[in-house]
Amino acid sequence: MNRLMLRDTVGVTIRSASKYYGSFRALDEIDLEVGPGEFVSILGPSGSGKTTLLGILGGFVQPSSGTIHLGPRDITNEPPHKRDIGIVFQNYALFPHMNVAENVTFPLRARRMPKAEWPERLKAALDMVELGGFGERKIHELSGGQRQRVALARAMIFEPRLILMDEPLSALDKQLRETMQIELKHLHRKLAATMIYVTHDQREALTMSDRIAIMNKGRLVQVDTPERLHDNPVDSFVAGFIGEAALLPVRRRDDRSVDLDGTTLVSSRPVPDHPNLFLVVHSEKLVIVPDAGEGAPNRLVGTVSETLYQGESIRIFFDLDSGARLSLRVPGNHHGRALLRAPGERIAVAIHPDDTIVVPPAA
Amino acid sequence: MSSSLNPSVLHQRREGRLVLLLLAPALLVVGGLLIVPLCWLAWQSVRQDGGFTLAHYARFLTDDVYWRTFLQTFRMAFIVTGATIVLGYPVAYVAAGAPRRWSVAILAMIVLPFWTSVLVRAYAWLILLQRRGLVNSALTDLGLIDEPLRLVNNELGTIIATIHILLPFMVLPLYATMQKIPSDLTMAGASLGGTPLHVFLRVFLPLSLPGVVAGTVLVFVLTLGFYITPELLGGGRTFMVSMLVSRNIEIYNEWGAASSISIVLLVCVFLIFRLASLLIPFERIMGAR
Repeated sequence: MNRLMLRDTVGVTIRSASKYYGSFRALDEIDLEVGPGEFVSILGPSGSGKTTLLGILGGFVQPSSGTIHLGPRDITNEPPHKRDIGIVFQNYALFPHMNVAENVTFPLRARRMPKAEWPERLKAALDMVELGGFGERKIHELSGGQRQRVALARAMIFEPRLILMDEPLSALDKQLRETMQIELKHLHRKLAATMIYVTHDQREALTMSDRIAIMNKGRLVQVDTPERLHDNPVDSFVAGFIGEAALLPVRRRDDRSVDLDGTTLVSSRPVPDHPNLFLVVHSEKLVIVPDAGEGAPNRLVGTVSETLYQGESIRIFFDLDSGARLSLRVPGNHHGRALLRAPGERIAVAIHPDDTIVVPPAA
Repeated sequence: MSSSLNPSVLHQRREGRLVLLLLAPALLVVGGLLIVPLCWLAWQSVRQDGGFTLAHYARFLTDDVYWRTFLQTFRMAFIVTGATIVLGYPVAYVAAGAPRRWSVAILAMIVLPFWTSVLVRAYAWLILLQRRGLVNSALTDLGLIDEPLRLVNNELGTIIATIHILLPFMVLPLYATMQKIPSDLTMAGASLGGTPLHVFLRVFLPLSLPGVVAGTVLVFVLTLGFYITPELLGGGRTFMVSMLVSRNIEIYNEWGAASSISIVLLVCVFLIFRLASLLIPFERIMGAR
């Protein structure tokens, strides 16, 4: 079968990598281990250092300290062209003066691969991204999604040991972005390649990644599976960044419960020992219940302020008596509509102890 | 009639008249100071003793001073253009890749002499390059040469000064083009396995060619019509088209001959622009894009 295979899939190990620009710490003691064949996203707001981290992996930025290993090989001081890392840039960085085939075979020419091997490789690479027959097209004749695929084919044709992607879908519209997310995921499975994917879109990271590394202010805050990031955030930054969450300040009662303006919330996991704690309320974790009376544990009571019809679901916003605003969703079906409250009506909701997430503030 | 026109057409007409009004001063200047004299020039070139003649043009075929002067002029233009590419490309490359304040400093050094009179710069080169000039005495004092080199009052001196004066016309369009080449293209080239040389030859150089074409056309055309440096530094040995024109008028009072030479030179320039516009759009040559 005519397909690309990565020679020897290897992992990446970053050990205490830092980058200073003057006194500014763009990267602060980054430790990250990516296993062979793993898909890891680096997620963070702009200015969090994710582009610098990508630059260090690609060899465009020299770290101030620390090491980077690709498999067993120390590549910290290797120039970019010797690293064997395929990079998909944010704006694709296709060569405008070359056609699709010339772009995709650029790595083969650069590596002085015998020309006899090119056609087969080119075909495999273009077929992989479903652009067979597009070889002669000019870059400016392609749509955004097609350019994206050419960039992918070009980054894969030389069978790199690692593929880096820098917000590769950010220039595409929403629908195409979602299609490409699934395609990238399939491609990852087909190639069994190690992939590091930089994004600021949490939904994209959740959909695609085996693990997500959350960055803030040059530090790695948490590296975990999507599920664990969502349900076990280490601090208020991660909790606020992932999912549709409201953060409410709470007081610690004991190691299994907190106090929210007189309401006790019991958690099935240990409550961190910190004076300023936050309750993380995801809208999907709230369940509407018949009013069980004020003061019952894990019950919150408030007044509906607004309902938003969103097609597949209806979002209900309500204000607790303390003034904090929360929201929840009910499905847009018969049962969901039966639960609806009009604005101004009282509403009571419950949070299961398993869903009661309490986090310390961000460092 | 006009009542049947819809408002947008009327609006367009009014706008058209306004644009014409705004353009009028410029059109008058260009028409009065350029088009009319050019027509007069063309008229002069085919007149003699009150009648029509092609004698002035026939001289290009019969008088070998004419075609030798053109040959000499084109030879100069080729040498100067080639030298400005070789000298200007690395400067523009460094300026385009440098951090902003460095590129400003580099460009300032290129452009500053540009604000000095060409005459002053030509005399300055005369002082530097003459028999007992700075360059020759420095080389003699260092013991590198026994006899002073003939650096001026010949083609070499003319070439050196012309290169210096026209270098900005090469560097600026080159810089403008290079600066627009996205840096992620060279980064991508490197990440895909290209050595710095390979990436330069395959990616950067081809993308900078429009700048080379623009600079080449400007420098080449300007050299074709250059007057001061060959006159001052050529020592009478470097006879260029512009000098042929001035001699015809100053010494022989031959307006017909001078006009025909100018027209032929003008046609040459048009042909060069036409040729270049086959490679890149005309607006880019003039630096509009």
